[in-house]
Amino acid sequence: MNAIETKSGVAGISGPSNPASNTEPMWLSQARENAIARFKNAGIPTLRDENWRFTNVAPLADFEFEPSERSDWRGVSKAALRNLPFAGIPGSKLVFIDAIFTPELSCLPPASASGVKAMNLVAALTTQAGLVKKHLFEHADAGKNAFAALNGGYFQDGAFIHVAANSVADLIQLIFVSTKGDGETTHPRNLIVAERGSRLTVLENFVSLGEAAHLTNSVTEIVAGESAVVEHLKFQAENPNAFHIATLTAHCGRASNVTAHSFALGAKLSRTNIYANLAGEGVECVLNGLYLTRGSQLADHFMIVNHVAPRCASHEYFNGILSEESKGVFHGRIHVHPGAQKTDAKQTNKNLLLSERAAVDAKPQLEIYADDVKCTHGATIGQLNDEAVFYLRSRGVPLEKARRMLVHAFAGEIINRVRCSPVREELDRLVWRQLEEAEKTK
Amino acid sequence: MREPILAIQNLKAGVEGRLILKGINLTIYPGEVHAIMGPNGSGKSTLASVLAGRDRYSVNAGEVIFGRKDLLALAPEERAREGVFLAFQYPVEIPGVNSTYFLKTACNEVRKQRGLPELDAVEFLGFVKERVKLLELKEDLLKRSVNEGFSGGEKKRNEIFQMAVLEPKLAILDETDSGLDIDALKIVAQGVNALKRADNAQLVITHYQRLLDFIVPDFVHVLCEGRIVKSGGKELALELEQKGYEEIIEQTTLAI
Repeated sequence: MNAIETKSGVAGISGPSNPASNTEPMWLSQARENAIARFKNAGIPTLRDENWRFTNVAPLADFEFEPSERSDWRGVSKAALRNLPFAGIPGSKLVFIDAIFTPELSCLPPASASGVKAMNLVAALTTQAGLVKKHLFEHADAGKNAFAALNGGYFQDGAFIHVAANSVADLIQLIFVSTKGDGETTHPRNLIVAERGSRLTVLENFVSLGEAAHLTNSVTEIVAGESAVVEHLKFQAENPNAFHIATLTAHCGRASNVTAHSFALGAKLSRTNIYANLAGEGVECVLNGLYLTRGSQLADHFMIVNHVAPRCASHEYFNGILSEESKGVFHGRIHVHPGAQKTDAKQTNKNLLLSERAAVDAKPQLEIYADDVKCTHGATIGQLNDEAVFYLRSRGVPLEKARRMLVHAFAGEIINRVRCSPVREELDRLVWRQLEEAEKTK
Repeated sequence: MREPILAIQNLKAGVEGRLILKGINLTIYPGEVHAIMGPNGSGKSTLASVLAGRDRYSVNAGEVIFGRKDLLALAPEERAREGVFLAFQYPVEIPGVNSTYFLKTACNEVRKQRGLPELDAVEFLGFVKERVKLLELKEDLLKRSVNEGFSGGEKKRNEIFQMAVLEPKLAILDETDSGLDIDALKIVAQGVNALKRADNAQLVITHYQRLLDFIVPDFVHVLCEGRIVKSGGKELALELEQKGYEEIIEQTTLAI
């Protein structure tokens, strides 16, 4: 494939040399080596790669992928963190500065919290060795995803969350702050295990301090046991020069209910890969996302929903709001495997272009190998409804505010699916604020 | 001398290059109710749209003075703040925009223009609860998105309810009676009548005389092919009902 062209991009890769590797178990060192080998083999994707047709990651060829020495986190004050989105919502918070756990800024769940373990992954390698070994690398499809493989080789730290059977974990926030410079990379990695009958809400929040063109390359693996209910939220508001690539894999057990929300507001280029594996019967899986871009931003969502077991329902709802010359990419594949009868899969992608220069590439794909299924998909690209704008104006609402109300309503379709109410309310405020700002800079 | 609320002179306007209004003259004074009647395609809704400022329509000639302002020079939202209100023939559903929030925004925009203090959420709610009774609307409609999932009758009543909240100087009712059953029609008409004052005016556009049994006009104008071909008192509406448009129009064109 593209190995030759991308060689230069991979030239800077040596063997794994993670700071933690000295103390890492053998199986992990081996897994890292394999991952690096897979990445070298795959190379940085090019536009000729079908899954990357619309998103050009060639600029990453010049990036240093190997994590550099830890930057001085003391430059990050508690005050700076207090200004971050969602900071005002109480509860457990794990803060990672440049993908390194920073306990001084974090707030772990109390040890008394029954059945809920939340800690950094590096610590869990020692204290929760069995669980980590059982699940890590099991579900992220690194074989086909070069960036997930790269993360496997170089990941630094991230969160480990384990919710025991029938236990409940209220919102846990994972905060990833990048202070990296131009061309530098961080590789956060999270492992989230919700055992049978448990409930969990987790928010991953990606921000950058400063304006550097850094790269975040994260991987999160979620394992939802039988009848577990998991709400996962990802909020990405990195600086407008940053590159952000994230992979989320959700392994959904029998009768589990898994919702993954993605809100992409920041970064120059962002790519969110979501792989949902509906492995047991009767799963309900919702993938729900909003991308809100301006300037020359690009936001790409790439989803593969695998219906392996029968009687599962999956719903994808993605709305895009694109201003100026920004670009959105939506790629949704629903793969119904043989035997996955009574599958109910629905995919909707709606885009609102607020400028003539904005563009969207939408690519829905259905692959169906079972005969008793219901699969639908639809993609729309349009402008604001003139009739609705006129209606609001005819009641005295100024043009700009009328437009903003309608754009906000369009975003609300997605935001309203967030069940965790403090997060939902904050998202609503953040989106409204971004719309107001976009107007001021016009 | 009394000053008119609205003075339309030789208004010519159309859409997509097609001339629809071919010289309208109409003057409305405070306290008056005018009805415009006419067959389909006569230009009734075009007149309403031009007065409210719908983009699609272009004005080719004439002027419209509202109060002392050149109405046609104002943006739709400015017209609304000055006191023009259009009750839509087909109110649009706006999913995701909360009715109360929308109406509070609109109400405060209008109040600002009139030099009144803005209402906060609590004050607004109190004000609205009193007005909503006037139209016998269910209060929970206010919690829903604008017009979303409203029945035809609820949409029309909601228009008049908005009128009750915004208290316009000139209300233009564009076929508000269409699609209403007799009970809904009565409620709408009662609402409109209750809002009638000595310092405001109403322009009722309708195809049928039926509405005018309940909203009694001071003047009736017959619109045909973009011109007002006949004007009279409320008895003209009855005459139209008995004879039909064709006969009346024939008489007037013969007279011309």
